[in-house]
Amino acid sequence: MDPVTADAIERHEYDVVVIGAGGAGLRAAIEAHALGAKTAIVCKSLLGKAHTVMAEGGIAAALGNVWPEDSWKVHFRDTMRGGKLLNNWRMAQLHAQEAPDRVLELEDWGALFDRTKDGLILQRDFGGHRYARLAHVGDRTGLEMIRTLQDHAVANGIDVFMECTLRHLLSDGRQITGAIGYWRQSGKLIAFGAKAVVLATGGVGKAWKVTSNSWEYTGDGIAMALEAGADLIDMEMTQFHPTAMVWPLSVRGILVTEGVRGDGGTLKNSKGDRFMFKYIPEFFRADTADTEREADAWYEDKKNNRRTPDLLPRDEVARAINSEVKAGRGTEHGGVFLDIASRRPADYIRRRLPSMYHQFKELADVDITKEAMEVGPTLHYIMGGIRVDADTAAATVPGLYAAGEVAAGMHGANRLGGNSLSDLLVFGKRAGQAAAEYSRRTAAPRADDGQLSAYAQRFAAPFERGGGENPYAIHAELQETMQELVGIIRRRDELEEALARLERLRARAARAEVKGSRVYNPGWHLALDLENLIAVSEAVARSALVREESRGGHTREDFPKPDPVWGTKNVVTRKRDGKLTLTTEPIPPIPGELRALIGEDKPGDKAPTDAQPAVVGGKE
Amino acid sequence: MTTETVAREVRMKVWRGDASGGEFVEFAVPSDPGMVVLDVVHRIQATHAPDLAVRWNCKAGKCGSCSAEVNGHPKLMCMTRMNEFAPGEEIAVSPVKTFPVIKDLVTDVSFNYEKAKTVPPFKPKPKDPDGKRRMYQEDVERVQEFHKCIECFLCQDVCHVIRDHEENKQSFSGPRFFVRLAALEMHPLDTNERIDLIRAKHGLGFCNITKCCTEVCPEDIHITDNAIIPLKERVVTAHYDPIAWALRRMRGKKTEFAPPEAKPPSA
Repeated sequence: MDPVTADAIERHEYDVVVIGAGGAGLRAAIEAHALGAKTAIVCKSLLGKAHTVMAEGGIAAALGNVWPEDSWKVHFRDTMRGGKLLNNWRMAQLHAQEAPDRVLELEDWGALFDRTKDGLILQRDFGGHRYARLAHVGDRTGLEMIRTLQDHAVANGIDVFMECTLRHLLSDGRQITGAIGYWRQSGKLIAFGAKAVVLATGGVGKAWKVTSNSWEYTGDGIAMALEAGADLIDMEMTQFHPTAMVWPLSVRGILVTEGVRGDGGTLKNSKGDRFMFKYIPEFFRADTADTEREADAWYEDKKNNRRTPDLLPRDEVARAINSEVKAGRGTEHGGVFLDIASRRPADYIRRRLPSMYHQFKELADVDITKEAMEVGPTLHYIMGGIRVDADTAAATVPGLYAAGEVAAGMHGANRLGGNSLSDLLVFGKRAGQAAAEYSRRTAAPRADDGQLSAYAQRFAAPFERGGGENPYAIHAELQETMQELVGIIRRRDELEEALARLERLRARAARAEVKGSRVYNPGWHLALDLENLIAVSEAVARSALVREESRGGHTREDFPKPDPVWGTKNVVTRKRDGKLTLTTEPIPPIPGELRALIGEDKPGDKAPTDAQPAVVGGKE
Repeated sequence: MTTETVAREVRMKVWRGDASGGEFVEFAVPSDPGMVVLDVVHRIQATHAPDLAVRWNCKAGKCGSCSAEVNGHPKLMCMTRMNEFAPGEEIAVSPVKTFPVIKDLVTDVSFNYEKAKTVPPFKPKPKDPDGKRRMYQEDVERVQEFHKCIECFLCQDVCHVIRDHEENKQSFSGPRFFVRLAALEMHPLDTNERIDLIRAKHGLGFCNITKCCTEVCPEDIHITDNAIIPLKERVVTAHYDPIAWALRRMRGKKTEFAPPEAKPPSA
């Protein structure tokens, strides 16, 4: 293949380039464009197919339509407690305060949420939220949100480059100057000069075997930011969503919305016990029902009853399911039962949860109005990511911004369900605004042809180097490694083993060989993605090794309790001279008046009594 | 629970080629219980044909990326179970026919994204005096049906007006956009004016209500009955009802009566 010179690379110039077209990217682009910045959206898939489309249960926002007692202060409290107080308090505050306006704005742009009897936006119960708070459309809220934003962006004439993968950030050594990548369809290279870049690329779920994430989730934004010198924080904080399909094997990991429990479904083990009552941690005991009668009454009467333990935050529920399965009380296929059939009428289930009904009927031959579902944990989300300034979403490198899952801080050690979609809107808008303002006071960057040519070589390498390694085989081994050794429950020797295996996989990925042409070649795309997947996996494993405590989405078998000292620290990952360096830094202290909203207690014992933390997921 | 219990070998023919031509290539791979067509395509990719081009995202029928024709039927590959086929039955997967092939199972669907740019956007009426917007569930439900659309474009693929008539693409937007236009027209808050455009620019008149689109919709949207026919009624009311016509003239709204250039198919 002929070498590509810098002259042969397609070039574009923008004020703001947004990478990623899920909720955060679209919202950022809409804002930057509205403020007069020349804005481009660049995304790997077709427009409207990004991960946001798969979101089910709803958008958390204290609208107070169902429970007037709700307010941003309660939402803030729930978010901080759900995150085990590791959150960036300022992000959690802004999020809780601004989410209602962002939801109402979607309505101004044509979104049609389910309604209350008074004609307002209906809100549903979800894990960790004190009041019914999630604006939703049945169980396809993400589709409504992405289509609304997509249509609004298109109507506003924002330039969209779809099926275009941006793979490296460009920099002049001081600030970000653009990005380079390739058109998936033609394989031709394309470079953007940009005064500001907003990363909205989502997470890295494709490093795990059992995941709810699509092929797109290869950690691009995190890896690009790391490479460009930006700080990452709390990369060990990964979320295993407690309920995904477990059978048949081909659908293992596909999400089952928390809305099933929000609408009355309950978890049971193979003995028929509602086991979540055994797993109420001290930290949530005062908020959680301890009898089945109280739990069931709570759905209708929240004033006189406490929340069902089925709706504890996701980390608690995922660990509980893991423990039940390890203790031999799981289902035939290694999950537990999620039963709404015996608890709600069939027409209610079909109306509230149409996608779940359809998904189980079509893919598993299960009628969820008649029988229980089999469910188990799936890697769903990463709370860690790019360190950002709360107010502006600015990363630690000038000209770089990050919003949505790729950014860190908002959710602390564990994200509450429904807080993702609202996060995308709140911080997408803030990132777009800050990027547009930054671009106004920044000169147009000059492209460095030498830098472009060097990257062009890297894109060509998989075709030229030989080496004989199959990228799909390397990817499968990476997924096994992360599933087995960096799963729900972690320990030192296994994390060290994971790092050793990652080194070997990195060496093999450098020999990944690609056949065929550059035209729509998934083998080539994967060979390039592997570098990102492995780089981000290493950051996760190293951070998990550093944090010697259990908190939220990070559970260490060898350090099974939360440690108050660790509760004040972020684990910071940087890349310097080609190597990752990890440090700890204090989290910003919470101002007194906000601290008072949360309550003075700290995360205590996680899993009481008989449930020993089981050995790492994936080994059953 | 699925009746399959053991892995078996399956043979699948996958169309391979590009704009200049191509052919079906047969692959034999193991198929596990519960697998869907997309799983088999991925297995072929991982073990036999690493450059096999296919679009996919959610693998759960929610994103509409993996549209293809399976034995000639427009399907989402992620929702087509392998146990729908008898052992030994031929399974042939090809790209959707209505759009130009880029490579293998991937087609150029930019037609749809260009049409999307021509849809007059949502324009809401003012909020209630207290700053809220009130709509009732029974009023939003029919539009929510249209919002279920995952843009898989299978309705576009199967529509006779464009499937075999490239020349009609200029003046016909297809069922996906009639659903979109119906959603906007029936939105309880919308105030924008689209009826002229629906007839003149989006080519609603070409649709002869064969319901092929409705039959293939994986979201079970009643495209013909609930979107297209009511739109046709609105167009008729606006254009051929003399009172409505006179009112429109008096209000000064422009109406284009120029007949579209393309012809509907003879089918």
